[in-house]
Amino acid sequence: MPAEKDASGPGKKDVVIHVKGLVTGFGRKIIHDHLDLDVYRGEVLGVVGGSGSGKSVLLRTIIGLNPPRQGTVEVFGKPAGYAEGARMRALEVRWGVLFQEGALFSSQTIAENIQVPLREYTSMSQELMDEIAAMKIALVGLPPDTALKLPSELSGGMKKRAGLARALALDPELLFLDEPTSGLDPISADQFDQLIRELQQSLGLTVFMVTHDLDSLAAVTDRIAVLIDKKIKTGTIEELRKDKTPWIHEYFSGPRGHAALAGSR
Amino acid sequence: MPSIENAAEPDAWFKIEQGVFKAGGQWTIAQSARLDQKLRDLDAGSGEIITMDAGGVDRLDSTGAWLLLRTRRALENAGRTVGDLKVPERYASLLENLDRDDKRQGPDKPPPRMSPWQYRLYRIGKATVEAGRQGWRMLGYLGRVTVETGEMIAAPRKNLRFAAMMVQVEETGISALPIVGLLAFLIGVVLAYQGADQLKRFGAEIFTINLLGVGVLREIGGLITAIIVAGRSGSAFTAHLGSMRVNQEIDAMQTMGMNTVDTLVLPRVIGLVIALPLLTFYANIMALIGGAMMCYFNLGITIPVFLRQLNQAVDVSTLMVGLVKAPVFAFVIALVGCYEGFQVERNAASVGQLTTRSVVESVFLVIVLDAAFSVMFSVMGI
Repeated sequence: MPAEKDASGPGKKDVVIHVKGLVTGFGRKIIHDHLDLDVYRGEVLGVVGGSGSGKSVLLRTIIGLNPPRQGTVEVFGKPAGYAEGARMRALEVRWGVLFQEGALFSSQTIAENIQVPLREYTSMSQELMDEIAAMKIALVGLPPDTALKLPSELSGGMKKRAGLARALALDPELLFLDEPTSGLDPISADQFDQLIRELQQSLGLTVFMVTHDLDSLAAVTDRIAVLIDKKIKTGTIEELRKDKTPWIHEYFSGPRGHAALAGSR
Repeated sequence: MPSIENAAEPDAWFKIEQGVFKAGGQWTIAQSARLDQKLRDLDAGSGEIITMDAGGVDRLDSTGAWLLLRTRRALENAGRTVGDLKVPERYASLLENLDRDDKRQGPDKPPPRMSPWQYRLYRIGKATVEAGRQGWRMLGYLGRVTVETGEMIAAPRKNLRFAAMMVQVEETGISALPIVGLLAFLIGVVLAYQGADQLKRFGAEIFTINLLGVGVLREIGGLITAIIVAGRSGSAFTAHLGSMRVNQEIDAMQTMGMNTVDTLVLPRVIGLVIALPLLTFYANIMALIGGAMMCYFNLGITIPVFLRQLNQAVDVSTLMVGLVKAPVFAFVIALVGCYEGFQVERNAASVGQLTTRSVVESVFLVIVLDAAFSVMFSVMGI
């Protein structure tokens, strides 16, 4: 494995996710039309767009849950997106995914949930797995007794944290987050943003984050990708604010946009 | 099993040299299982002070960093004073973060696991207490539904949901006709065949019809129908009400001031109480037809002879003894189905679990009640 690049250091940008000419759709409806996107190592990319613009579909296509009609998706320089078998698995152990509602296995405790990938991909002893689970639970800021609880005993915010702990179980390099702050109260959402930022920095993660939350965008992301007219437009928050495309202008200059951006400064 | 461990990476290593714990290589999750064993066996050696130098680490992830921290704690617990823990600059914040979490959570994190025997005992005890509570709650529910049914019969409210009731009669009764009919017919065939086989030895083939008539009308017809309906409709009640609970539909109804027993339970209970006796009667007829066919083909007993013998063997009271049980079975099946539906928690596994429980409980109760009826009838001399 090539030596890992220093997350904070400057240098040539290393592309982690490379999407080229992607076309997806359901039935006659085209959702993405020859879309291109690059995500660089060590950055947090926020993906925004109106309802139905295909944010989640893009995420699902990259992680291989949704077959693309055309185009290529490469992750870590290897073809991904609906690849099969061993090739996909080699990628899957290098990324973690946090689904919207956490998608925790409801019949298992949180510790067991975190241990699922460990059990599947490593030969750790049960003792070490218990320790690792406790460590991950602490890492995402949950109290230690969460380990023995069932997902149904947790609140929405705790479920997301537990889902994040599971996504981080294999120490991935790349993290996909699907609306991590939706359904959380503003305080929990802020804490979650902060947590993501902290983890991203200390673990050197690359984060692909689908979100609706303008505050999250301002607080966490390095770069933003806007899904509009079946294509994607990327830039920093400053660059996008100057964009004259109506939807983007409305998005960043509407009352909510103003408030979020004012707060970030 | 796929594994991330056989990646061709250079090994992670560590050693203790002149009071210095040195580590290097790839301290990542892929190496952790190997490192874990070796670190547990680490001989702390002697000497007062030890420093930890992990400056030679090429890669460090949270699992590796945590192993370093655990090693430091182990050395401290062995009575050594640990000086610095040095890691490459870029990993300092990771280590710091984990260390902070670790201190916040205190040293004894994983709660003690029970020994296998303790655990078994614990489960038996828990299941016993739970079974007792379940019975108690069900009794309470029985009371509630009985009172509400009584009230409704005594003073029919305007909002008696007649249409909903009829839908239940259709779903639990009419839709069940094919399966109940087929199974009852086959049971009749089997009963007649086995009966004829045994009675032939005494030259008493004709009494096959007595066996069939009494057996089917008094016991088998009702029992088979109730068991099929418990599996078919009892489970449907639980699954339906359970999904409604998962979707918070029941919460919504309650906040609108609707009585859930009135709107959801009574139509099902009354619907099934109407449908099951009718189904039982139909099953009886089908079983007799099956038996008659078997008698004709196997024993050469013609239909007129069959009917004459049947007329001598049974009378209306035989039929009634069988039919009188049906409404009771129906009540119990519907009650258990609805009760378990309301117990569903807001997750997917719960619906499946309680549907299973609902069927098991209602079949169990049907058979227990049938036995109770038998005892009661024999005491009464019917």
